[in-house]
Amino acid sequence: MKSGAIGLAALAVAMALGAAEPGRAAMPAPTTITPELVKAATAEGKVVFYTSVELKLGEDLAKLFQEKYPGISVQVERTGSERVFQRIGQEYAASIHTVDVVNSSDASHFLYWKEHGMLAPFLAADMATEYPPNAFDPDGSFGSWRVTLSPFAYNTKLVKEEEAPKSFKDLLDPKWKGRLVKASPNYSGTIMTSTYETLQALGGWDFFEKLAQQDVLQVQSATEPPRKVATGERDVMIDGSEYFVYALMDQGNPLKIVYPAEGVPMITSPAAILKDAPHPNAARLFYAFIFSAPVQQVMVEKGGTRSLDKEVKDRPDHVPLASLKLWPEDPKAMEAKADEIKKKYRQLFGG
Amino acid sequence: MDLRRLELAVPILGVAAVLLAGLIGLPLGWLFRVSLTDVGGHLTWANFAALFEDPELLQPLLLSLGVAFAVALACAVVAGPLAWLVARSDLPWKRAIRLLVLTSFVTPPFLGAIAWEILAAPNSGLLNQAYRLIFGLPRSAHAFNIYSVGGLVFVIATYTFPYVFILVANGLERIPRELEEASSILGATRPRTALRVTVPLALPALLAGTLVAFLEAMNNFGAPAIIAIPAGLQTITTKIWTLFQFPPQPGLAAAAAVPLLAVTVLLLQVQQRLLGRRGYAVVGGKAGQPDVVPLGRWRIPALLFALAIVTVSVLMPYAALVLSAFSRTLSITLSPANLTIQHFTFVFAELSGTKEALSNSLILGVTTATAGTLLTLVIAYVVTRRALPLWRWLGYLATAPIAIPSIVLGVGLFFAYTHPPFALYGTLAILFLAFLTIELPIGYQQFQAAFRAVHVDLEEAGRILGAGRLRTLSDITAPLLWTAVVSTWCLVFVASIRELSAAILLFTVDTKVLSVLIYDLNESGDPGAIAVVGLLMLLITFAVIGIAYRLPRAGQRSRTAVAEEG
Repeated sequence: MKSGAIGLAALAVAMALGAAEPGRAAMPAPTTITPELVKAATAEGKVVFYTSVELKLGEDLAKLFQEKYPGISVQVERTGSERVFQRIGQEYAASIHTVDVVNSSDASHFLYWKEHGMLAPFLAADMATEYPPNAFDPDGSFGSWRVTLSPFAYNTKLVKEEEAPKSFKDLLDPKWKGRLVKASPNYSGTIMTSTYETLQALGGWDFFEKLAQQDVLQVQSATEPPRKVATGERDVMIDGSEYFVYALMDQGNPLKIVYPAEGVPMITSPAAILKDAPHPNAARLFYAFIFSAPVQQVMVEKGGTRSLDKEVKDRPDHVPLASLKLWPEDPKAMEAKADEIKKKYRQLFGG
Repeated sequence: MDLRRLELAVPILGVAAVLLAGLIGLPLGWLFRVSLTDVGGHLTWANFAALFEDPELLQPLLLSLGVAFAVALACAVVAGPLAWLVARSDLPWKRAIRLLVLTSFVTPPFLGAIAWEILAAPNSGLLNQAYRLIFGLPRSAHAFNIYSVGGLVFVIATYTFPYVFILVANGLERIPRELEEASSILGATRPRTALRVTVPLALPALLAGTLVAFLEAMNNFGAPAIIAIPAGLQTITTKIWTLFQFPPQPGLAAAAAVPLLAVTVLLLQVQQRLLGRRGYAVVGGKAGQPDVVPLGRWRIPALLFALAIVTVSVLMPYAALVLSAFSRTLSITLSPANLTIQHFTFVFAELSGTKEALSNSLILGVTTATAGTLLTLVIAYVVTRRALPLWRWLGYLATAPIAIPSIVLGVGLFFAYTHPPFALYGTLAILFLAFLTIELPIGYQQFQAAFRAVHVDLEEAGRILGAGRLRTLSDITAPLLWTAVVSTWCLVFVASIRELSAAILLFTVDTKVLSVLIYDLNESGDPGAIAVVGLLMLLITFAVIGIAYRLPRAGQRSRTAVAEEG
């Protein structure tokens, strides 16, 4: 862990999460991954992972897990965070318990699930030593699995560096009409979070109301704007997952990131084990696995995410978080505004 | 003896009737109930009031109606003449054109929409790139923008016009030659005969086809979800689906479904009125081989017109999907270096949902097709032979799902089968029931037409020789109807494999089907993987149709078997 900034940012998250549950909060005793646990998990044979992480990265992690623990298959159910939330809600309402481990980029979902007693607190031994304590919910119901930003990015073949937008204000220039793409808070937790933070930082809907006049291409997933810019369908992405921009740049796509002058939305994407998980042991094993340093290292190097794990080395090409002006997260406050944001957003952008 | 067997048949036919009533009555009952109650379960009009007061609901409804009108008009204008060319003129390559139109018919509109995104997205679309290259235009120029109302109309029309084509072509082929001959004998010129005889006789079919096109366009979910949402537009179907997202508003969703139902029922009534009167015109005339009109110097322009249509609806989009499936980079470029099979490896070896979706789709396709064929066979038998009291009602019931848009049925089924006593949500059974209900009318109409062609005397002979109704049905009627059985099975299978509107509301993770997998991949934005799964789906469709029509005629086999037993 190079910079203290990410720890600081995580602290902001954790403080907000902690505030959600005032009073008693006891972290479960760290669990060592024993051969017995592996055996019990293997007997279950399967783990179901609902996640909003980019599909290929999710399947890559599943493959790594299956290589390490042959005999346990991983079913990756990838969709947008808001869909993950809706699907679990709809399934649980009908008493269908399919999901073992869940990840969503809308941190407020975890407050809801915890409040409804749906999560099983868990802490693996190396999680306790490798992560700052504030990376976890006070009673261990969920933990900050990955961190990303939602910056701008442009296609270097289509936009010269000096012309690229440097700030949110720049995006409202008429020259960008029909050249912008953005994802939807009705689908993506990353965008829900970035929209909330943008509203807080820029003081209300004024910016989005003007932006809606720019013929913005409205896509769903936060992983799609980087793709639309890479194909040249649009020149600039207004929001989207930083990690996937890195993944696409690794594949040789002509992309460049811009961190807007006003500040950059930061998104912590927690993970948790469901209390009614149909494969409880495999769930623990998988949860511990995705938080482990080697897997986090893969996610950073191949996937472009940022990690809170102290043993993980950041990518050399990652702009250090310490040098950026990061907008703070506040899941509790966001939860209260979520429905209003979704509705207003749909009125403006349709998607 | 005969009496006993007849009585055995009655309960079986009766059970089929009750099943049918439940299949349709239950979801519709729940739909109305939910639309008329608030969260606390009290009776309220609030949901319907919101529908007309809230512009967020009214606008999608108006857009849907507008799009449907434009699609219907476009289909009539394009498919009417095309049908005439294929059915009645000496157009070259008629067989190939007919085959390509049928290919367009079995192509799911959402897949067509995805393919047309690849072709006509304003900047990255292949056609727009070619357009700029050819005319040396700047990057801001584009010939097509698929993310627009026009784009939406275009895509839906592209996969809806075959309905008009099929109905009109069949209608034209059934016009008795004598009528047109009489006209020319009486001194009418060819154009005059066409105008005064052929067109009026084909008009009911054109009208019926246009109406079906209107309904298909209004009730389509996949194409608007893919084309309209990026443009910031919502149709009523995508809106209904949105109302199911968090925070779910089931009352509003149910209420928003009711206008779709109402418009559909109304239009079908209108159609019945119009056709009821006109349809008689040609009944009774024994159709001779229809006259083939030589096109003369119009032959080549006509051929170009036909080729343009099939190029737009089949050849170009299929090529786009294939290119996308084999393209390494996100932007498609034609070079050997860009060729890859990585998307195939990903879909078949890495993507954990593929295997399950594939097997779910196949299971549902086969069970729905088999059950649907059997059920509609029995119903059509009862109705055409008047084998049960209330037979007329059975016929109405079997046709009723035509009037229920798939997404509306999906909403109804969701309520009906997430509540006790039928908690089927989360199982394949709920999807099976949805698909079965949706496909009932297709099967019923197929068999009804087929039964009319089988003479009652043959069945009577069986009955006189001591066979019960069921035995007669299985040993005499069914073999004679073999072609109808095969084609019904295929139609229902293909329709089940591509169904998205109801499946999108009813699936759970373990019951995901191919169409939903494609939809999911599209939301994540994975063009290579989408193309691979889409092509897989099309391959299954064509394979099943191919195999079905090469099957040995089971009728003959079963008759031999009977002889051997005897």
